Amino acid sequence: MSGPQHILDVEKLRRAFGGLVAVNDLSFSVASGEVLGLLGPNGSGKTTALNLMSGLLRSDAGAIRLNGHDISGLPAFKIARLGLTRTFQLVRVLDGMDCRDNIRAGIVFNKPQVRAAGIESDITALLDRVGLAGQGNRPAADLTYIDRKRLELARALAAGPQLLLLDEWLAGLNPSELTIGIDLIRSLKDDGITVVLVEHVMAAVRALCDRCVVMSSGRKIAEGATSDVLSNPVVVEAYLGGVAAHA
Amino acid sequence: MTLRTTTLGAIALAAIVLLAFVPRLANPYYLALAISLLQYTVLATAWGMFSGPTRYVSLATTAFFGVGAYTVAVLGEVLPWPVVLVVAASLGAILAAVVGLSTLRLSGVYFVIFTFGLAELVRQLVVWFEVNKSRVLGRYVFVNVTQSDIYWQLLILAIAVFLIGWLVARSRLGFALRIIGEDETVATHCGINTTIAKVALFTISATIMTIVGAIMAPRWTYIEPSIAFNAMISFQVLIMALLGGAHRLWGPILGAVPLVILFELLSARFPNTFTIILGCIFLLIVYLLPRGVAGLLESGKARWGETFKPRAVA
Ligand SMILES: Nc1ncnc2c1ncn2[C@@H]1O[C@H](COP(=O)(O)OP(=O)(O)OP(=O)(O)O)[C@@H](O)[C@H]1O
Ligand SMILES: [Mg+2]
Repeated sequence: MSGPQHILDVEKLRRAFGGLVAVNDLSFSVASGEVLGLLGPNGSGKTTALNLMSGLLRSDAGAIRLNGHDISGLPAFKIARLGLTRTFQLVRVLDGMDCRDNIRAGIVFNKPQVRAAGIESDITALLDRVGLAGQGNRPAADLTYIDRKRLELARALAAGPQLLLLDEWLAGLNPSELTIGIDLIRSLKDDGITVVLVEHVMAAVRALCDRCVVMSSGRKIAEGATSDVLSNPVVVEAYLGGVAAHA
Repeated sequence: MTLRTTTLGAIALAAIVLLAFVPRLANPYYLALAISLLQYTVLATAWGMFSGPTRYVSLATTAFFGVGAYTVAVLGEVLPWPVVLVVAASLGAILAAVVGLSTLRLSGVYFVIFTFGLAELVRQLVVWFEVNKSRVLGRYVFVNVTQSDIYWQLLILAIAVFLIGWLVARSRLGFALRIIGEDETVATHCGINTTIAKVALFTISATIMTIVGAIMAPRWTYIEPSIAFNAMISFQVLIMALLGGAHRLWGPILGAVPLVILFELLSARFPNTFTIILGCIFLLIVYLLPRGVAGLLESGKARWGETFKPRAVA
């Protein structure tokens, strides 16, 4: 059922690559203001699901509703303007531009109403927020791995999203960076941004996710409150030998 | 306005005033050379306006140039000159928009091949139309336009092109195209309608090329499709823009000026082997100067700045 409290409803979503069905009959909803974990072993279809939601890929069947409006089939730029933005599993920043321009890219096309002076202060605030204060004029190409991740997040936030999709944004961070990253994502929730979090780092899933959806071979195999899902035998089975073993 | 902009503006203004007097001072040979210089400067700059930021390599230059020239051949006697120019520009813009909408989804090498094919297709269509409908093979261009007029029109167009390029680079459209050039997926996820952005700039660039063709047409007294739609124009413009550096508005002129002069000398001295030499020059440029003269100047400047930067006191 779709209700006004759901920001996103995914219904019977399907996408195949040749004979491989990467997302198969996937249905779930995201409540406004929650952090939803989207889990599953490698190759289970999480990134493909995000690509369908953000408009990077087209679905073969099914519906995706953002605030009740069907967005499946819309081009990515329209979906972004409707308030759904994302980061990518393989970080994508604009290497030929400095950090400020990277963030500016997220603002100017989504929020044409913002005035020039407002944009500059917004950019500075976003740099501060993700921990890149003072780095604004550095070329993105010179940034370290974690700073590239920060910059990409800042760009996704710049559009002022209602719904943010994070694809393994915490992967590859060291323990202290992880703590900072978890706090950062939690602060997004406090700002009222709904988050769909694809994540293999179980500590982060436990710390952040209100609920989780678990995929395996393109299908949803479990859904519910985080602690219930993570102790669900079906989920443990799917992850055996995978990430859960050292979580 | 900063001191630098004011200085550059003053230099540009002085250059324009000087250039405006060329037809009064130069003999016919040098006037013809000056016309060539302006023609290729405008074509290469227009090419770079689109291909620089998007990194789409277009070989359609001659398609638009030819449409402009042919419009003059057909309508030159019938309509007043300014109207002819407007009609030519409109035809070029329409063709560019249609082509852009249907091809700018193609990427990389497919786009290159398509644009090359487009020029050939337009040429064949014109041939077919002339042979079957108009029943002529070529046309005489009867327009009362002198060499000096051609020069001055090109000079005005050159000024307009640099102004348009300067404005576009500072606009949202210019920023969108730089993002598209970096990463098209990121661009769409930033809310950019990449198709519209690319088609808009492609159309602007192609319209300018069409106007160049129209202005140049009276230089020939007799025109036929193989003259107006000469594939060499596309290649020469590409080489010039790449030599100069298409990632900067002022880059292509740095390639156009030396190459027009070089081609002028070579085609006079080695008329038969000219195309071979052209091919070799092309390879050398791509191999030795991937970012063009503009890139060379920029890295030279960066190194200069590096050497003479006051060291931080520890
Ligand atoms: N563009 C594509 N073309 C062909 N196959 C693809 C494509 N994208 C994904 N796949 C396949 O679809 C399946 C699901 O991939 P997906 O990237 O969605 O998994 P994932 O859950 O994100 O995995 P991981 O945890 O490793 O990131 C995989 O088998 C993958 O090889
Ligand atoms: Mg993935």
